[in-house]
Amino acid sequence: MLTHLLRLALLTLSLLLPSQIARAQDAAVDIPAQIAAMGEASLKELTQIVVELASTGDNGVVPVLTALADGNLYLDEASGRVVIQNGSTITDPLTGEAVDLGAEADLSRIRVNNGLRRDISAALSGMTLMSDNPATRLAAAQGFLSKPDAANLPLLDEAIAAETDANVRGAMQAARAVTILTSEDASIEDKNAAVPQVVAGAGRNAITILTGALADAPDEVKPTIEAAIAGLEQGRAVWGALQNVWFGVSLGSVLLLAAIGLAITFGVMGVINMAHGEMVMLGAYTTFLVQLVIRQNFPGLLDYSLLIALPVAFLVTGAIGVGIERGIIRWLYGRPLETLLATWGLSLILQQTVRSIFGPTNQMVIAPTWMSGSTDFFGLAITYNRFWIVIFALIVFFMLLLILNRTPLGLQMRAVTQNRRMASAMGIRTPFVDAMTFGLGSGIAGLAGVALTQIDNISPNLGQNYIIDSFMVVVFGGVGNLWGTFVGALTLGVANKFLEPYAGAVLGKILILVLIILFIQRRPRGLFALKGRAIEQ
Amino acid sequence: MLTQALFRALDKKAVWVIGIFLAVAVLVPMANLLIPPGQFGHVPTYLVSLLGKYLSYAILALALDLVWGYCGILSLGHSAFFALGGYAMGMYLMRQIGTRGVYGNPTLPDFMVFLNWKELPWYWLGFDNFWFAMAMVVVVPGLLAFIFGFFAFRSRVTGVYLSIITQAMTFALLLAFFRNDMGFGGNNGLTDFKDILGAPVQAQSTRVILFAATAIALALSVLVCSMIVNSKLGKVMVAVRDAESRTRFIGYRVEYVKLFAFTVSAIMAGIAGALYVPQVGIINPGEFEPGNSIEVVIWTAVGGRGTLIGPIIGAIVVNLGKSWFTSALPEFWLFALGALFIFVTLFLPKGIVGLWKQLFGIRRKKAEEPALPTPAQSVDIERGEDSATFDNPQIRPAE
Amino acid sequence: MSKAQDTMLYLNGVSVAFDGFKAINNLSIIVRPTEMLAIIGPNGAGKTTMMDIITGKTRPDAGEVMFDGRTDLTKLDEAAIANLGIGRKFQKPTVFESHTVWDNLEMALKKPRGIFAALFYTASDEDVTRITEILETVRLLHRKDEFAANLSHGQKQWLEIGMLLAQDPKLLLVDEPVAGMTDSETEETAKLLREIAKTRSVVVVEHDMSFVRELGSRVVCLAEGAVLAEGSLDQVSANPVVIERYLGR
Repeated sequence: MLTHLLRLALLTLSLLLPSQIARAQDAAVDIPAQIAAMGEASLKELTQIVVELASTGDNGVVPVLTALADGNLYLDEASGRVVIQNGSTITDPLTGEAVDLGAEADLSRIRVNNGLRRDISAALSGMTLMSDNPATRLAAAQGFLSKPDAANLPLLDEAIAAETDANVRGAMQAARAVTILTSEDASIEDKNAAVPQVVAGAGRNAITILTGALADAPDEVKPTIEAAIAGLEQGRAVWGALQNVWFGVSLGSVLLLAAIGLAITFGVMGVINMAHGEMVMLGAYTTFLVQLVIRQNFPGLLDYSLLIALPVAFLVTGAIGVGIERGIIRWLYGRPLETLLATWGLSLILQQTVRSIFGPTNQMVIAPTWMSGSTDFFGLAITYNRFWIVIFALIVFFMLLLILNRTPLGLQMRAVTQNRRMASAMGIRTPFVDAMTFGLGSGIAGLAGVALTQIDNISPNLGQNYIIDSFMVVVFGGVGNLWGTFVGALTLGVANKFLEPYAGAVLGKILILVLIILFIQRRPRGLFALKGRAIEQ
Repeated sequence: MLTQALFRALDKKAVWVIGIFLAVAVLVPMANLLIPPGQFGHVPTYLVSLLGKYLSYAILALALDLVWGYCGILSLGHSAFFALGGYAMGMYLMRQIGTRGVYGNPTLPDFMVFLNWKELPWYWLGFDNFWFAMAMVVVVPGLLAFIFGFFAFRSRVTGVYLSIITQAMTFALLLAFFRNDMGFGGNNGLTDFKDILGAPVQAQSTRVILFAATAIALALSVLVCSMIVNSKLGKVMVAVRDAESRTRFIGYRVEYVKLFAFTVSAIMAGIAGALYVPQVGIINPGEFEPGNSIEVVIWTAVGGRGTLIGPIIGAIVVNLGKSWFTSALPEFWLFALGALFIFVTLFLPKGIVGLWKQLFGIRRKKAEEPALPTPAQSVDIERGEDSATFDNPQIRPAE
Repeated sequence: MSKAQDTMLYLNGVSVAFDGFKAINNLSIIVRPTEMLAIIGPNGAGKTTMMDIITGKTRPDAGEVMFDGRTDLTKLDEAAIANLGIGRKFQKPTVFESHTVWDNLEMALKKPRGIFAALFYTASDEDVTRITEILETVRLLHRKDEFAANLSHGQKQWLEIGMLLAQDPKLLLVDEPVAGMTDSETEETAKLLREIAKTRSVVVVEHDMSFVRELGSRVVCLAEGAVLAEGSLDQVSANPVVIERYLGR
């Protein structure tokens, strides 16, 4: 125990100090000498040297051993030096520096056989098990886990005793348990005891490992393993469900973003805006343009281009929305079906305009570094772009609630929706409020477009893919109710992802549409329908 | 009873329209077959088929007009009925290919052989029989419309809500028909037709006969629609359009009135689709595109809804325009179509027919014809008893 | 149940609430055959909601609504109730504006309401006579071929009453029939309603006190969804609560 601690301390030191100094303090084995001896050593001697080198526990010897096992370790017959040759580069086995052997170099490979390779491999596993980097140790433990060998048991025991990281120790214990489970010598009791350890430490591979072990296990152990597998499968189902919930929430947040602007124009104003999808599309193209400008002029800001695009997209699409309201929609109030047709026409024009300018092909928006990659959250794979979109959707939603409920504009908007004539009589400029409401709805569609650049292709048809879904969300959630939209979007998102594994993506979508159609039959005014006499009339 | 209804249907306007299309059914084929190519008045065969296509669109537009113009139901899913009728016809034509397919399988269409299917799915059975297929042209769209309408109208789904769920319906069908395992040829649809009733589809004589059949079908559709709209039921339909709940309070079952109109209309659309497919030689899931349905709406609006001739004029004029644009200025067609949508809704709510009446003011003054809900009425809507169909609940004050 | 016998309309303990607001609160009203009943009350008293309940537009949360002593109206929809013989005239005249006056009446005429019956309907001589008769009663014969949209407000009111007559109902619900009418028209309407009430039951909702006086019927005053006072107009208008809550001092 004490020696291990000491060795650990030394290893830590060796990280801080130049390796030569560290090595000098470990007088037991002269590493450079041993390496130099490898050149002329017989197979038997080589085995001896490998064991000695490994016993130093020094990370510095890992490259030599790896190279030896891979057949990359050479002896320069001319100078007598042992070197590593990798392709055309020749390096020193200890320092890793490039070596110039001159023109008279005469390299011959240091031969190994399979037996030696196995020894090296075991030695290396032992080395990495003792590595000072937890990630390396974890990898080593997982290596043992997948290739259990009873010969490694002492090594594992030693490593477990020295391990400080609970996570790594768990993996090591699992590896040990698997080794016991698969070894022929271990007693039934030990094997039975090992099963729960595998379950505890092997993570997602536990089922595979146990299933593999089941075939060769003695009959007495089989029930234990079977019970453990059943338990794990249940757990896996739960995790699978949770993963689906996450995917669903992620899809739901996209739907929420796309639908929330619609909830304002359709829900609050009673205007059917079929060009809403095109507002989303324009938001996406604005993002593309913003990034283009930034890349050409301010490359340093590239990582923030999405953040910069947010206000730009909001203003651009918002302004277009105001234009649409003033130019077309205000002439059509009270005629929702006509509004639908006119805005559909508008959507055709907007699509074709974008197609003429940017071409029909997909454009790319590069993800900023903080949005790429993924993280593992208790076994759930969460990609950062999805994560940020969920957060963004929530922010937009609550901002909108805030605007509607806490600002003068929101108050005026609600007043106009409830009683236009009265609001007008009280001095509210209803045309202005109409334009602002529509602009707000369109601006939010633009924000949705910015977010969508991260998960979808930017093409002139982008909006088309979302318009029907968005309408479904608003209708399902109940018109005129933002919370309804919120619940509607998440419900549809999650439902979609739960149906997908059983029905496939397309059929799942069809099922959802059919379910919504049936749902509207039941509750023609949606989930969160307003009640009261106002509706009755 | 029926004779009286027929007599009523044949008012002066309807007689003219029916007469024109019956004449077209005879004259165009004659101009194709009797006048030699190159001589004045000859109609080339490709043009015959093109006109036939327009006329099948005209039937579709008329079908939509029956529900929208007369009954106030804006269906954004009518191309689904059209496509279903087309698929029924396409399935018959596929079965007629027989061993002449690429794989030479006597029963299975090529795409099924390609997918390694061993036998015909049950829903393809019987389609080798022409009359069975023709029955399906009517039954499938009719049944879908009946079931869909039954649920929708019974639950009083109206106005834009209905429009949106009809759109969802056609979108769901679009997705479904794109799937290979649905057994309708997936993405590629049904094509490479050979024979119809033993006559080669591509032959000049077949094309001419198909055209004549389409023109006659259009004339019959006008007759049927005229019969409906001139009956008391037709008046009730208009009453439903203008004041739905008032119609209920005098004892009419609005949901049945709508269901009748919707189903008849879907059947007409299905027949239009069945006539369309052999003339264009292909049916694929693209026909289910929600955009197509909305385009039909604009044909009807351009011509003038709530009239029998309007949708026919609209369908022909807009499609002539489309043909011209797509060959001359393909880039600009969508601009033109989009602008048309906006222009018609803003400036021409009664369409070409309305404009004509306005310009050549026949008999009555314009003010006396409040046939369509106009903005003037929207003021009433805010207060009215009958407008629950129209606008958003929040807009209306609670007294 | 027995109480409902010999009544045309029987409302007992009817309540309905919208989002917690009790529009109708334990309302009980009886209308006997060939009786006229006038209902007065301030805005929001629940008069229109009461009509909505009777005609099937709104379902009550609680209470009995019986028609003709035996039919439970709460289980039927608007069309079924209309076909039982309950006609309703709305507060705002709603006629079918894109139809002619004649067609409005033809549609309302008591005839089978089925789809195919309507599709193959042809007016018999009898129907023509009946419609002409009604047109004379409501003084619109000279405008029978005009679109209803072109009628004046008063004429629309009369056309709607004509449509009610064409329906041949046993019970008429008439909501503010004289709003927007001249004095002489009001007088004529009162006369017409009194005439109708000889053979049918009529419920009239009205604000115009002089009109109610002319009707000379039993009066019920509603307030906050319940009956405030009941009796002759003089009795009701002498009631101190009614004066306080509705008529004003």
